[in-house]
Amino acid sequence: MKEIYLDNSATTKVSRKAAEKAVEIMTVCYGNPSSLHSKGLEAQHEMDKARKITAAALGAAPEEVYFTSGGTEGNNTAVFGAAHALKRRGNRIVTTALEHSSVMEAMQQLEKEGFEVVYLSPDSSRKIRSEDISSAITKDTILVSIMAVNNEVGSIQPIESVHKAIIAAGSPALFHVDAVQAFMKIPIKPKKYGIDLMTVSGHKIHAPKGVGALYVRKGVRILPLHFGGLQEKKLRPGTEPIASVCAMGAAIEEAESISAKTEYIKKLNVLCRNRLSEIDGVIINSHEDCLPYIINFSVPGLRSETMLHFLAERGIYVSSGSACAKGHKSHVLTALGLSDERIDSAVRISFSDENTEEDIDIFIKQLEIGIGTLARKR
Amino acid sequence: MKEVILIKLGEIVLKGLNRKNFEDTLIKSIKRRLHKIGAFKVKASQSIITVAPVFDDIDMDEAVECVSKIFGIAAFSRACTAEKDIEKIKEAAGEYLEEQFSVTGSFKVEAKRSDKKFPLTSPEIAREVGGYLAERFPDVRVDVHNPDTVVTVEIRDGAAYIHSGVIRGAGGIPVGTGGKAAILISGGIDSPVAAYMMAKRGIELTAVHFASPPYTSERAEEKVTELLKRVSAYSGRITMYTVPFTKLQEQIRDKCHEEYFTIIMRRFMMTIAEEIARKNDCQALITGESLGQVASQTIGAIACTDDACTMPVFRPLIGMDKEEIIEISRKIDTFEISIQPYEDCCTVFTPKHPRTRPVLKNVIEEQNKIDFGQLVKEAVENVRIMEIS
Repeated sequence: MKEIYLDNSATTKVSRKAAEKAVEIMTVCYGNPSSLHSKGLEAQHEMDKARKITAAALGAAPEEVYFTSGGTEGNNTAVFGAAHALKRRGNRIVTTALEHSSVMEAMQQLEKEGFEVVYLSPDSSRKIRSEDISSAITKDTILVSIMAVNNEVGSIQPIESVHKAIIAAGSPALFHVDAVQAFMKIPIKPKKYGIDLMTVSGHKIHAPKGVGALYVRKGVRILPLHFGGLQEKKLRPGTEPIASVCAMGAAIEEAESISAKTEYIKKLNVLCRNRLSEIDGVIINSHEDCLPYIINFSVPGLRSETMLHFLAERGIYVSSGSACAKGHKSHVLTALGLSDERIDSAVRISFSDENTEEDIDIFIKQLEIGIGTLARKR
Repeated sequence: MKEVILIKLGEIVLKGLNRKNFEDTLIKSIKRRLHKIGAFKVKASQSIITVAPVFDDIDMDEAVECVSKIFGIAAFSRACTAEKDIEKIKEAAGEYLEEQFSVTGSFKVEAKRSDKKFPLTSPEIAREVGGYLAERFPDVRVDVHNPDTVVTVEIRDGAAYIHSGVIRGAGGIPVGTGGKAAILISGGIDSPVAAYMMAKRGIELTAVHFASPPYTSERAEEKVTELLKRVSAYSGRITMYTVPFTKLQEQIRDKCHEEYFTIIMRRFMMTIAEEIARKNDCQALITGESLGQVASQTIGAIACTDDACTMPVFRPLIGMDKEEIIEISRKIDTFEISIQPYEDCCTVFTPKHPRTRPVLKNVIEEQNKIDFGQLVKEAVENVRIMEIS
C-alpha cells in the first residue's frame, strides 16, 4: 500500500539532507558551542552558518535570529516577553480568535495576570478585517499578535496593515506574527511589514521536531522565560540543540525558491479543489484565496475521526479538523462561524512538494468510497 | 541488617478447610507478582507469610508497593530481621529506627514471643528494647498510652523481627480462588473499576473488548490495554480478546429500527462475550453497568440484555453513584486514562432517542431481521488475543 501523507501542516517528513546534517553534527561536530576549545569553536561555526541561512530566509540580520525549541516556545517567548517588558506602558493586548493555542492560551494566562486582551473575530471571508485591527489598537496597547496563516483553514491574515495602525494610534505596541504555517510558503520579510517579533518552526518545513526560531528586530527588548546561561543572548539560555538547529539550516537551504514551489502546490490545490467540489455532500471550508497548502472541508453527517481512521486504514493520512465528541470543539472553526455539523465533520488536508497528482487521485477515490459506505450520524 | 515484608493473613484465616488452598494461591500470586522486581523467598509459617529479598540490591519500596496491591492481604509490615539474641535485637532496632525516630515524638515497645524457647518473656523483651531505644534517642519520649510510634518486636521460629507499624493491604481474597470471569471492557471509567472489584473477590480476569474501526481508533484500543495493565497490578495477568465489531454495528444500523440499536448491540456483546468466556473456562460475565446511568442501564434494558446470555452477570457497580466509581478509579490509577477522549467515536451509531423500556418480544423481533447467529460466529472466530500483565 502506497503511503499518502496529506498532513504536512501537522508535521513533515525530515528531508534526507537535514537528517544527514543532524547525524554529522551529533557524531562529528558534537562540541558544545560554548566550550572554549577548538571542538567548541567548530560547533559555534556550524551554528553561525545555520543562523545566517535562517536570517537570509527571513530577510533579517543573523543577530536578529534566536533559536528556540519550536513554535510553542517561540510564541510564548514573544507574547509573555513583550507583555512583561512593556507592562509599564500600557495594559491592552490585541490578538485574534483564530490564533494557535500557543498564543491563545498564553493570552488567557496574561488575562489572569491582569492584562486586557482583545480577541478580534473574522468576517465571512475567514479573515480579520484591517479596520477592526486599526480601531482595536489604542494608545495603551502594548502588543499586537496576529498569525500570518491560520493552521486549520489556511486563511491569510492582513498583517500588512498592522504596523501603520500602531503608528497611527501613537501606540508603543510591539507587533508579533506567528508565521509557523507561513514560513517558506509565502514570502514574509518582517522588515517589510514592520514586524518586531516573528515565530517560525522547523518541523513544518522538513526539519526535525524540537527546533524553531524567533525573529526579534534589532533594538527590541523582550524579557526571557528561562534563566541560566548566556546562550542566545540570554533570551533563550541552555546548551543549544545544535544538531536540530543545523538540520533546520539544511532544510531551509535545500528548499527551492518559494515562488517555484508555490506554483506546484497551487496546481495540486486546484486539482484537489475541483475534484472535491464534484463530490456530493462535500463542503469546502477553505476559501480560494487561502494558502494553497491547506484545504479544509466537511462532509456533514460523517464524523471527522471516522473519516480519518477510514483513510488511515488505506494509507492516507489527514487531520481531523476538530476532535471527537469527547474532545474540544475547534475554537478556530467555531470563530469562523461554521455550524456544529460542519465542525464535527471537518477534515484538513495539507500538502508538501513531495505530494503528487496521483496522491490526490487516490485520496479522492478513497474519500468517495468512504462517503458512500460509512455510517452517518443520525 | 536485612529488610523483609511480613504479611498477616486477612479473611483467609476464616475460611476453614479451604484455608490451605487459599494460602497456596496467595503465595503463588505473591511470587508471580514480585518476580518482576527481583528474586524473593516467600514462606508461610505461624499464620504469616514472610517475603525476603534474596539479594541486597532489591528496591524494597517497590516491593511494598507491589504487595499493597495483592488481594488476600489484610495488612502487612515492613520489618528488619535480627538474630534471636536480645543484644543483637536492640542494636538492629536502634539502627533500623534511626530515621523514623528523628521525626517521631514518642514511642512504646510491644513484644510478641511465639518462640517460647526464647529466654525472655514478652514484657521483659519490651522493657529491654524500650530502655535501649530511650537511651539511644533521648529526644523521643516513652509514652505507653498514646505513642506516635509503636515498635513491635516479634520473636518467631526463624528469626526476630522489628517493625514500627502496620500497613493496610488491598484486602479481599486471593485472585484465582473465586473462579474465572470475563469483563466487558470499553475504555470508560466504569468497566476497569468493575474488573478491579471482582478481582478483589478472588476472580481471575479475562477481558473482552469490542473494536469498530474506523469508527473507533487504534488509540482507543491502546487505551484499553493500558487500563487493563493498571487493573492487572491488582488482578494479575489478564488475557484480552478484541472482537471486530464494525460489520455487526453496520448491519444493525441498516436493518433494525433505530431506537433498538443500543439494546441489540448490547445483546450481541453479551452473547459474544459469553461465547469467548465459555471457551476460556470462565463461569460468569462482568460489566460496569450502574443502574439508571444511561438508557441501556435501566431495569428493562438490563433484563433484555441479560436474556442474551445464560451465564451469571456480575455488575458490582449497579448501586453506585458516578462519584463513588470515580473515587475508586482514581485510587487504582485508571481515571486519568479513562478520560482521554478517544473513547467511543462510534457515537455515530447511538440513536437520538433510545428505548428506555424495551419489550423483549419486540427486541427479538427486530433482532431477527439480521442473522444474529452467523454474525456472532464470525466475530468470535476473528478475535485477536493479547496477554496483559
